[in-house]
Amino acid sequence: MKRDIILSGVGGQGILSIATVIGSAALEQNLFLKQAEVHGMSQRGGDVQSNLRLSTDPIYSDLIPKGAANLIVSLEPMEALRYIPYLAPDGWIITNTTPLVNIPNYPEMEKITAQLEQFPQVVALDADGIAKDLGSPRSANMVLLGAMAGVLHILEPEKLREGIRRVFGRKGEAIVEANLKAFDAGLQFSQKK
Amino acid sequence: MEEKNLLLGDEAVALAALHAGLSGVYAYPGTPSTEITEYIQAHPLTRERHVHADWSTNEKTAMEEALGMSYAGKRALVCMKHVGMNVCADPLMGSATTGANGGLVIAACDDPSMHSSQNEQDSRFWGSFGMIPVFEPSSQQEAYEMTRKAFDYSESRGIPVIMRLTTRMAHSRAVVRSAGPVREQNTLHFPTKPRQWVTLPVNARVRNRQLIQDYAAFEADASVSPFNTLTEGKDRSLGIIACGIAYNYLMEQFPDGCPYPVLKISQYPFPREMARQLAGITSRILVLEEGQPMVEERLKGVFPGGVTICGRLDGSLPRDGELTPDAVRAAVGLPALEQFPASEVVAPRPPALCQGCGHRDFYTALGNVVKDYPGARVFGDIGCYTLGWMPPFNALHTCVEMGASLTMAQGAAFSGVWPAVAVIGDSTFTHSGMTGLLDAVNGKADVTLCISDNLTTGMTGGQDSAGTGRIEAICEGLGVEKEHIRTIVPLPKNYPDMEKVIREELEYHGVSVIVCRRECIQTLRRHASQKKA
Repeated sequence: MKRDIILSGVGGQGILSIATVIGSAALEQNLFLKQAEVHGMSQRGGDVQSNLRLSTDPIYSDLIPKGAANLIVSLEPMEALRYIPYLAPDGWIITNTTPLVNIPNYPEMEKITAQLEQFPQVVALDADGIAKDLGSPRSANMVLLGAMAGVLHILEPEKLREGIRRVFGRKGEAIVEANLKAFDAGLQFSQKK
Repeated sequence: MEEKNLLLGDEAVALAALHAGLSGVYAYPGTPSTEITEYIQAHPLTRERHVHADWSTNEKTAMEEALGMSYAGKRALVCMKHVGMNVCADPLMGSATTGANGGLVIAACDDPSMHSSQNEQDSRFWGSFGMIPVFEPSSQQEAYEMTRKAFDYSESRGIPVIMRLTTRMAHSRAVVRSAGPVREQNTLHFPTKPRQWVTLPVNARVRNRQLIQDYAAFEADASVSPFNTLTEGKDRSLGIIACGIAYNYLMEQFPDGCPYPVLKISQYPFPREMARQLAGITSRILVLEEGQPMVEERLKGVFPGGVTICGRLDGSLPRDGELTPDAVRAAVGLPALEQFPASEVVAPRPPALCQGCGHRDFYTALGNVVKDYPGARVFGDIGCYTLGWMPPFNALHTCVEMGASLTMAQGAAFSGVWPAVAVIGDSTFTHSGMTGLLDAVNGKADVTLCISDNLTTGMTGGQDSAGTGRIEAICEGLGVEKEHIRTIVPLPKNYPDMEKVIREELEYHGVSVIVCRRECIQTLRRHASQKKA
């Protein structure tokens, strides 16, 4: 089995933490993994993405070919649309609906929503809102990780929970619990849908 | 003892260097190379073994420090981005003449597609230019194994070795298995051929002839290297040469094995004998290489009997930019996968200075003053603050390379440009700006140097900056008059004061320095959360 995931967002939103948790879980499961990141100038408030590939067999390319991604997971709705040429015809889009407007020509939200709705498999959720309601506004990325966990298939949700415990463990039990709660809220949302 | 880690290509190089008995890493931060040094700085072996891991002031000092360590018989690693190779070109070429005593490995990280760079130069060229072997890993696992091998090779052949990485190798993570014992560090021992370390013509001529012979031996080594392999294929209508990570993009297309003969290249000098073997069994060769068409150019027209060479030069692959699995797919004649068209709703989102960043306030104040001087030109430099070129600031007229702001301003000032203003960051100033300031003082240039000091090397993530706390003292020491070294704090409430100072110094016909100092907002946040924890 092979799962190709594009993680997207805006520099500073925390897509690399999502990748770190998945990476930790994948390592524990002896999966093959490749994860290409973006560092440097592009991180300064610009669009950022990470190519994450998980497989039970060896992986060659660090980059995902166009038309091959099983999931686009985006912390920002317009950024989800930026990568649709990479999405497989039966792929999933899991996206936060809260826009991050730091450019003057940000498109109207209706246009973004309308285009997202044209794709067959979309989970769109207000990850920022859900995280805020849980009292941990900085866990929006874990809400999103939870929302994708239901359709990831190659890693069980419980393995991702263990990943969260490992990755955030050194920051203390309170942070771990907040992130787990956020993860479960995202998972619940995607399962209700 | 086998260990399994999820590592960036950069980190695989770093871990291998430590396991190979490293005594020092010498580097200046630069994307995509920074994480090599950072990994070594954080690793327990570094403290345990007293491995040198402080940042150097620039790539030239780094290379020279490492060469001194090699002279003393110990193993040293130098790390930089591709343009850093230009800065250290002098000691790099010199190191080919001196040769290596302790293993000396130079990690050069190229950035094709310019994700965070000003050009696409290909560091493999330094190999043939300097007659230095180059290793180019195709996977993170190979990066680990090759780096260990590179130190051994450097010592056994008495020559520095360049490890060439590109962005997608440097900044991509994969599982790396590290096996075998951690090697002891070398003890102090001097070169057995001391004459070649004194590069007077009388010695250098002898050494040069030896190096020419050695270079032929390096190529023979590459022909039998386990990192270079020629694999047979059923379909001989095409032969493929795949260099470095291009091999991955090729194999990605053929999950059940490539039907064509493939020459995988990860060690240079390019082994021409292996290419001859490939040319003997096919009439068309496709060259896949990340960066510039170096191998392709060398092979064009070389083979008799009409072997066609294709690649970046004949349009089989894009002439510029990094390779992608999609570009390679097209080059081997496979149809693209079914895909959705690009969205027309999406707007570009370029990088920008952070909200609350001191550079923003500096550019606002500078802009308010400069608008009164239609002849003013502002010469920029390399760092986060280069983003001041973009709206709403539109503050810069040039940006070329590290340190060019003040020196270009001098040339322009002498030509009649007034006011000639230079903008440089604190780390770039100590990297390559100080010597230019000495020129300005000696030449009594009519220039205003603005050092936007955020107390760190910001663009690469907040590494130590070499002159922190001593910027004014450095300027004074270089001969700038004390009353024309002014310090301001870039905050909105200070705009009137800042503008007054800037105006006064523009009006002064001589060398003036304005130090505009406030901590980087990113490192400030990090320090605050460290305090809380």
